[in-house]
Amino acid sequence: MADPASTDLPLIRLRDISRVYGMGEAEVRALDGINLDIEKGEFVAIMGPSGSGKSTAMNVLGCLDVPTSGQYHFNGVEVAHLTQDQRALLRRHYLGFIFQGYNLLPRTSALQNVELPLIYKGLGRAERHAAATEALAKVGLAHRASHDPSELSGGQQQRVAIARALAGNPQVILADEPTGNLDTKLSAEIMEVLQKLNEEDGLTIIMVTHEADMAEFAHRLIWMVDGRIERDGRTSRAA
Amino acid sequence: MLWETVKLAVQAIFRNALRSFLTVLGIVIGVGAVIAMVTVGQGSTEQVTADVEKLGTNMLMVMPGQDAMEGGPVGTAVQLFSIRMNDLLEEELGVIEVSAPLSMGRARVVFGNENRRTDMVGTDNRYFSAAQWEVERGRLFDVTELQSGKPVCVIGETVRKDLFGTSDPIGEEIRIQTLSCEVIGLLKSKGASTFGSDQDDFVIMPIRTFQRRIAGNTDVSLFIVSVRDGVDTERAKTEIEAVMRDLRRIGRGEEDDFTVMDMKQLATMLSGITGILTGLLSAVAAVSLLVGGIGIMNIMLVSVTERTREIGIRLAIGAQAWQVLLQFLVEAIILSLFGGLIGIVVGLGMGLLGANMLSIPFRPDPQIVLLAFAFSAAVGVVFGFFPARRAARLNPIDALRRE
Repeated sequence: MADPASTDLPLIRLRDISRVYGMGEAEVRALDGINLDIEKGEFVAIMGPSGSGKSTAMNVLGCLDVPTSGQYHFNGVEVAHLTQDQRALLRRHYLGFIFQGYNLLPRTSALQNVELPLIYKGLGRAERHAAATEALAKVGLAHRASHDPSELSGGQQQRVAIARALAGNPQVILADEPTGNLDTKLSAEIMEVLQKLNEEDGLTIIMVTHEADMAEFAHRLIWMVDGRIERDGRTSRAA
Repeated sequence: MLWETVKLAVQAIFRNALRSFLTVLGIVIGVGAVIAMVTVGQGSTEQVTADVEKLGTNMLMVMPGQDAMEGGPVGTAVQLFSIRMNDLLEEELGVIEVSAPLSMGRARVVFGNENRRTDMVGTDNRYFSAAQWEVERGRLFDVTELQSGKPVCVIGETVRKDLFGTSDPIGEEIRIQTLSCEVIGLLKSKGASTFGSDQDDFVIMPIRTFQRRIAGNTDVSLFIVSVRDGVDTERAKTEIEAVMRDLRRIGRGEEDDFTVMDMKQLATMLSGITGILTGLLSAVAAVSLLVGGIGIMNIMLVSVTERTREIGIRLAIGAQAWQVLLQFLVEAIILSLFGGLIGIVVGLGMGLLGANMLSIPFRPDPQIVLLAFAFSAAVGVVFGFFPARRAARLNPIDALRRE
């Protein structure tokens, strides 16, 4: 990975990114020439009707998927042509994921779930334990460390998932509808946690949501339609 | 990382303890069967050898009729032996230490309320030294008993146990058909023979007593010959054959109407059969190892499907393909090693049980145990690889979307 200081590019730069599924008649342009810069420390919400390409954009940003064409610079490194294993390394060291369905490992304690990315980072047992405990404390779940996901409420599970994303000490957190399964009150709690991480720790957060209330927690709102960015502006909170 | 992977695999296995156990059952049975087979096989081979030693490697049996194994006319009237023929043979040949004539039959022996059908042997004291019997209690026959055919007998341990239980048999009268017969001696137990029959299940009486009172004829069924120390049994066999042809007036070109059987030959043949049998049964058992491996592959494929989402999570948070592959491969290997370990314990247990039941020595072979262990690891690698590769090749996006 290149040294971030060696470049004056933004943290994330997408240039003319397209993602096309299928061929010929059945061709679907999930992303159609996206241009986007995200600076370090931003809190970006992506919204749009279903099928507008939000999820595909998240997958490309999260290096889970590769664009069909265009350039994606992450930290000054061209990502679009990396191999699967190279992208895995990038995710391991720079990205944290939060999913709508929490995606915690069942029958595995909260602490072990949070430790999971640290195992792949090659941390020793003691370091892992310390980092995971700290991450759990940050989301206010230190006292639930030994609980299984099944023993936790939805909001708590999502907070464990946030702790897991945090534990690896990433530069960017990608949240795909993090409050989709939660009621308004719990949703607000989760958003407050994310907001705090953004404001206090300077974490860059990119979030897909379909709830305008949640998008209001971000500073910048990107509105997508048919695989294109239709609007890109500041939220009322930022203003 | 590897240690983490191993720990993870063990956790995953115990999370589905029952399924894991059922999965490895094939390996357990395969490994267990191979080890039990080989253990029992080696024990019985050793037993055969030991039995031959006990029997005396210098013992020969001379029987009327042709060697059944070589074929020849069946059912032809065969001239039986006589006591005189035995004595002449013994006298003639310097290589013979002792030769005993045996007349045999089966009869029911009765004492009080107890009775047992057993082998009846009529012979003289030479038999005890030729067949290496020792007296446990009482005595052997005396000269008058032998010459006048008195109703006395020496019994084997099995007969004693059955008829007398805890009481002392010496001096008691047992009834054999119409004959009332005094027990004068008890033989030291030899246990089961190489052939699996109980050697202690018989009653011995003077040959004249047997012929007159039990059989009603003067037939002699066979001679038990013990060859002098240091004399090659092959040579003794040839000499006996020559003398027997002479005694039985068999002309040149005519076939023998008797058979001389060498115990050593018999034993070699027998342990050969044991070896073949062990090999065959082990091969069958090895097939079940293969089946066990397929079982593991099957369950690992199920496991990969079930845990698609977990694989997606791992890939998303930065696991590389080889790490996922390793995880599932290690899981398959540990699973089959577990099976192997249980199989080894079960196999040794069965071997011990079998050895006890067949009264043969328990001879576990560390090489086979090691081999079985290595083989079960290999089963894990071979049959775990395909499911593991399938897991590693999953696309994280699809994997995460899967319910």
